[in-house]
Amino acid sequence: MNVKKGLKLGLSALALSFSLSAAAAEPPIKVGILHSLSGTMAISESTLKDTMLMLIEKQNAEGGVLGRQLEPVVVDPASNWPLFAEKARELLAKEKVDVIFGNWTSVSRKSVLPVIEELNGLLFYPVQYEGEESSQNVFYTGAAPNQQAIPAVDYLMNEIGVKRWVLAGTDYVYPRTTNKILEAYLKDHGVAESDIMINYTPFGHSNWQSIVSDVKKFGSQGKKTAVVSTINGDANVPFYRELANQGIEASDIPVVAFSVGEQELSGIDTAPLVGHLAAWNYFMSVDNDANYDFIDAWVKYTGKDDSVTNDPMEAHYIGFNMWIEAVKKAGTTDVDAVKDSIIGVSVPNLTGGYATMMPNHHITKPVLIGEIQDNGQFSVVWQTPSTVAGDAWSDFLPGSKDLISDWRKPMNCGNYNVVEKTCGGKSEVAAK
Amino acid sequence: MSIIRSLTQWLFVCCLALPLMAQAQAESQPAGDNGQALLQALADSSNAQKGQVLSDIAKSGDERARDWLEAFASGKLSRVEDSGQFVIVLENRGRNWKVKDALTGESMGEISRRDLDNIRINNALRRELDGILSVIDLTVDNADTRLEAARAIRGRVDEAMAERITTLLETESDDRVSDVLSESLAIYRVEQGDVASVAQLSGSLNTEARAALTTVARGDDPAMVKAANEALASIEQKLKWNRAAETLYFGLSLGSVLVLAAIGLAITFGVMGVINMAHGELIMLGAYTTWGMQQLLPGQPGLALLLSIPAGFMVAALAGIAIERSVIQFLKGRPLETLLATFGISLILQQLVRTVISPLNRTVITPEWMSGSIMVNEALSLTLNRLYIIGFALIVFAGLMLIMRKTRLGLEVRAVTQNRAMARSMGIKATKVDIMTFALGSGVAGLAGVALSQITNVGPNLGQNYIIDSFMVVVFGGVGNLWGTLLAGLSLGTINQLLEPWAGAVLAKIVVLVFIILFIQKRPRGLFPQKGRAAEG
Repeated sequence: MNVKKGLKLGLSALALSFSLSAAAAEPPIKVGILHSLSGTMAISESTLKDTMLMLIEKQNAEGGVLGRQLEPVVVDPASNWPLFAEKARELLAKEKVDVIFGNWTSVSRKSVLPVIEELNGLLFYPVQYEGEESSQNVFYTGAAPNQQAIPAVDYLMNEIGVKRWVLAGTDYVYPRTTNKILEAYLKDHGVAESDIMINYTPFGHSNWQSIVSDVKKFGSQGKKTAVVSTINGDANVPFYRELANQGIEASDIPVVAFSVGEQELSGIDTAPLVGHLAAWNYFMSVDNDANYDFIDAWVKYTGKDDSVTNDPMEAHYIGFNMWIEAVKKAGTTDVDAVKDSIIGVSVPNLTGGYATMMPNHHITKPVLIGEIQDNGQFSVVWQTPSTVAGDAWSDFLPGSKDLISDWRKPMNCGNYNVVEKTCGGKSEVAAK
Repeated sequence: MSIIRSLTQWLFVCCLALPLMAQAQAESQPAGDNGQALLQALADSSNAQKGQVLSDIAKSGDERARDWLEAFASGKLSRVEDSGQFVIVLENRGRNWKVKDALTGESMGEISRRDLDNIRINNALRRELDGILSVIDLTVDNADTRLEAARAIRGRVDEAMAERITTLLETESDDRVSDVLSESLAIYRVEQGDVASVAQLSGSLNTEARAALTTVARGDDPAMVKAANEALASIEQKLKWNRAAETLYFGLSLGSVLVLAAIGLAITFGVMGVINMAHGELIMLGAYTTWGMQQLLPGQPGLALLLSIPAGFMVAALAGIAIERSVIQFLKGRPLETLLATFGISLILQQLVRTVISPLNRTVITPEWMSGSIMVNEALSLTLNRLYIIGFALIVFAGLMLIMRKTRLGLEVRAVTQNRAMARSMGIKATKVDIMTFALGSGVAGLAGVALSQITNVGPNLGQNYIIDSFMVVVFGGVGNLWGTLLAGLSLGTINQLLEPWAGAVLAKIVVLVFIILFIQKRPRGLFPQKGRAAEG
């Protein structure tokens, strides 16, 4: 009797412990991280991987989501565009991740796009880009041109009174498309052809002497001149150095950059650059407690006191929190359910406001203009009065001004033509 | 004795008392003194009003005014959120900032930047402030400061300032200063529509003068338009020569960078015949050595840079020896395998730097004496860092020529490359010569890295950007010929810079490459082919 009872008790205890461990062992939610950790883009992308790991760690410490832990799956596409597609396929087909956070360059995004759509994955893309794209499987948490380039030009035109424009960029798709939009926008606002100078340079360009000298000449015609720079990443450092050496000061010819953030400035002595501008949706120097907490967490995570934060990191912060909210709302990590539930989700951003996911899979962002300080930070000198909703299709390009994107039912179309009342196709139409 | 003792005692007391007295004076300033009110006004006014407040502060005669204005100009004037106390930030890196009280000048230790409200400045205000400070500087005793100030106010003179300048001109003793000042006045008068002053600006190379003339040349007054256009034409004539000189300088400077990057390769590839794809990474090592040196010697970027020259050479040379011993010596006479193996090494080195140091670029500080430019005239200034690099490239070239021509090592290297078997039979240790040659070529690559750290990014990709250019220069110049490398580098640089203004940077590069392809078709051995039997071996 006693033995039997004991056995029964033991068995039920065993069963209980099994069910308990089964609950604890409910498979974790897999989060794919698709950022280059080697090759040329590692400079920018490896910090985004760390940002994601930090966010996931924090979420797990708070109990995960839906009672399940999050498990990061990190792959290295090695700055190799075709490899991005392969790694995305690996994440979705082999690792069966529920969501992917990744990519930096537009060309890498274009490379993974067909894979994500074919396997019905979710991708959160955190970098400012040229627009002209809308996919039902991609969420664009970086700035579209109307959330960065256009407001920056407005600022220069209206607040500084700039009349002559140098559009300088690196020779690839983002600067070319952005400059096309800006050129159309400037001409709409009565700027003459002869007052616009467009210049492209190869990746990693380091010999800026004659270009800077040309800019100087262009700027000495008695009209206020500014440079709108879509020069990519680290080619900026020698560019700014040359500006300083040739004695061009921000008060004479200001340079407003769309790809220069805190991280790019951390490789350069910024004293001669004080006053040059950048347009972003976030600056590390924003005076806000949420931001300070984020910086403290980041410094603690990296263990380096001089670690900097930047705009794409904030985009991942927003994107991750939106996804968490959407999963909670949907009660599942199922891609189709999350895709529907995320539209309209609002989460706090780091600049003291809220970001909302719009039906076109872009988010609302404030636009900030900052001036470079001598400590490698930006001081905000202007910002839009309210947040700006991202526009997938530019209103200033003839091919795209009639297109809208709305992934809600019943429209469910990424490039609906409001004039012809037709949906142009299932997904993106690249700006060719 | 006692007199001396009492005297020293008295002096000692004096020394102690002086700062105390100064402090007492500072403390005697009432807490709510005029300064507090002025700074309050600055902090609370809108950007549009700030200009007025700034000139109030400048005119207040307060001896701390200049400190405040300079702190404001550099974005370092802040207010403590809770107490409303004004502080000047001394050190603004990291999360806790060192500050001092703006009114009393006393250090207040560190304050978290969460608790500080920065009083923001923007470009328009900075320009206005520059003007205000320059006007003050126009009356100081130091003529150089006055000249600087006079240059700074050019093109931003308004009516009040014009009167001021007219009075100052009467007493100005320094010719340079009065020249600049009267030019400023002329610019102002031209802007106001005074035709007589146009003549004074004719031939001036100053940008502001040209800007003023261009503006009035677009105006309605026919007499003014005619005069302005004539003046502009005379300026244009002068500018033409300056621009030609400038392009030549740009070309030489780009050329000297190419020479520096390629000359190490001219030894390893040109003389030894080793296709070393890791050459770029040896350059990168030299650049990282500079960064490392600057980390070891904080606050002395110039000394660190000078010490980096031998250090960079050594680091790259040792790395070169390691590569030669571990890989290249086993692949002698198998160029394809050497190419692949060294390409692998280059990837390994890049990733090693990414993992061990950081994937991010490192800051290499340019020492004071290398930044800025020398002004030849108003339209032509030569950037100093480039000038130093041209000089450095020439010195490195001369040094290498000396080693190859005048030393025993050079003799042995030439002997081994010309006929290895014969040289060995003469008692030359060919293996040792191989090592030394490769180390020399690698070391020179390290020197290139030290120089490049001053003009480009120091990061894991540095080498990649220069490897193609280096091979291009060596092949164009003629394999195995140092003079060829020098001439090829300088001429390719100049061609590139001549093309760039009208073809754009991307096309210019392509045109240069096409030119080299065509040239190599015609003369496969480059500019200066090696002659004789050595060339066949």
